[in-house]
Amino acid sequence: MIAAAPLLLPMMGLSRQSRPAARPILSSGEPLPLVGLGSWITFNVGNDQAARDASAEVMRNFFQAGGRLIDSSPMYGSSQEVIGYGLKKLGRPADLFAADKVWISDGDEGRAQMEASRRHWGIPRFDLMQVHNLLSWQAHLPTLFAMKAGGQLRYVGITTSHGRRHGEMEQIMKAEALDFIQLSYNLYDREAEQRLLPLALERGIAVIVNRPFQQGALLPRLARHPLPPWAAEIDCSSWAQFALKFIISHPAVTCAIPATTRIAHVVENMAAAAGRLPDKAMRARMAAFVDNL
Amino acid sequence: MTEWWSYSLRDLLMFSPHTYYRLFELYNIELWPLQLIALALGGSVFLLWRHRSDMAARAIAAILALCWLWVAWAYHWQRYATISLAADYYALAFALEALLLLWLGVLRGRLTFAPAGSVRQRFGLLLFLLALLCFPLIGPLQGRSWLQAEIFGVAPDPTALATLGILLFSGVRPVWWLFPIPAIWCLVSGATLWALDAPDFMITPLLALLTIDLMIVNGSLKHRTSTH
Repeated sequence: MIAAAPLLLPMMGLSRQSRPAARPILSSGEPLPLVGLGSWITFNVGNDQAARDASAEVMRNFFQAGGRLIDSSPMYGSSQEVIGYGLKKLGRPADLFAADKVWISDGDEGRAQMEASRRHWGIPRFDLMQVHNLLSWQAHLPTLFAMKAGGQLRYVGITTSHGRRHGEMEQIMKAEALDFIQLSYNLYDREAEQRLLPLALERGIAVIVNRPFQQGALLPRLARHPLPPWAAEIDCSSWAQFALKFIISHPAVTCAIPATTRIAHVVENMAAAAGRLPDKAMRARMAAFVDNL
Repeated sequence: MTEWWSYSLRDLLMFSPHTYYRLFELYNIELWPLQLIALALGGSVFLLWRHRSDMAARAIAAILALCWLWVAWAYHWQRYATISLAADYYALAFALEALLLLWLGVLRGRLTFAPAGSVRQRFGLLLFLLALLCFPLIGPLQGRSWLQAEIFGVAPDPTALATLGILLFSGVRPVWWLFPIPAIWCLVSGATLWALDAPDFMITPLLALLTIDLMIVNGSLKHRTSTH
């Protein structure tokens, strides 16, 4: 029951066991590791120097484990600055995949906000810029496409979370030449499987999954029960890996972005993308098992 | 963001409990020993209340205005704003309360103080002393560091509660314009603590609601009507 999904071989010189598998961004073919790093809440630590250093260590371990995509937003408080601090402290990896969002009602202010975000990160340009929660997407998308055409960013996307506005997202996916969408999808919140994930595959749109652990609520629910013995068949040693493998094994999913403050969790999350992944039958078994808990 | 109404408070919370309480810890470390001055100011408010002169009332209003302005600038604007997008607005609200205290309390002398005779006044005095002396203990009693203690004149919650207490035990004519901002802050703070899963989230909203109840139900409205 092991997936033969369109996974790319891990990076040259790195063993399959220790490096995360990657999946291509459908619009370009560029491989992206299946697990990224979110920054909602976890990196919003303000001017707390110790917490900034701890965040940088999380980033260090993320990069060492083969991670590339870090996602943030102007809505996340000091997270962008903390990411910038980490990149400056660690040295920016050549293969960093910087994903951020534009989140402002006035379309005319979008460029200025994105420039401020870029300065916070301390990078020459973003790889991916997304319209956060579809806010003023009609005004922002033309700007983002123009920036992409001008080489100021590489990919364009839109986001939603908490299962909201899927209908509107579907319409935008059908009408616009998006590279990415970002949405919430996890063992319990599986609505995206019905229309958005199949549509993403059909339209060649890469998918980033946020809230893989329901912002921390999912794992305590699962932790009340023992991990099923058959989880070992897909190299799961924890509920976190069980939950992550379920998400990233969906063929439409390009990358899940769990957020954490703990190095052990980063290592565990990245390991979820390094071992065997469930196939369709195993995924159905996982969902049914969780539904019956 | 659209559809704000469809988000729960927890969905909107943008920092962790650890980050929130560390903010107080670092703030207290940077300020030390200004907390002692703040507590001394709180003690002087109590002594001034016992003096019950017009000048004493104006001095109390001045002390409160100073505390609100300090919290607006040093806590909300300088520190809380680094982790909360709403903190700039909180700073403005606290600065507005400081201006109201200066205008109504110091310049116009609208705060007057009588002996703590009525239930409302006795509760006000109790609330003030609670905010001054007991509020800093809440965190340590829950196992958090003393460095994270929230102190009158320095942190927003005890400052708001102490102000409500003083307004309750002020005398003949309640100064209604001074109530909304501290009362609303207590509700906002309670909501934040609830979203953080803090076990003490009910304390400030409950005390604020009791204050409102005492002001409205316990004859204050009638009293106001009869004096006009």
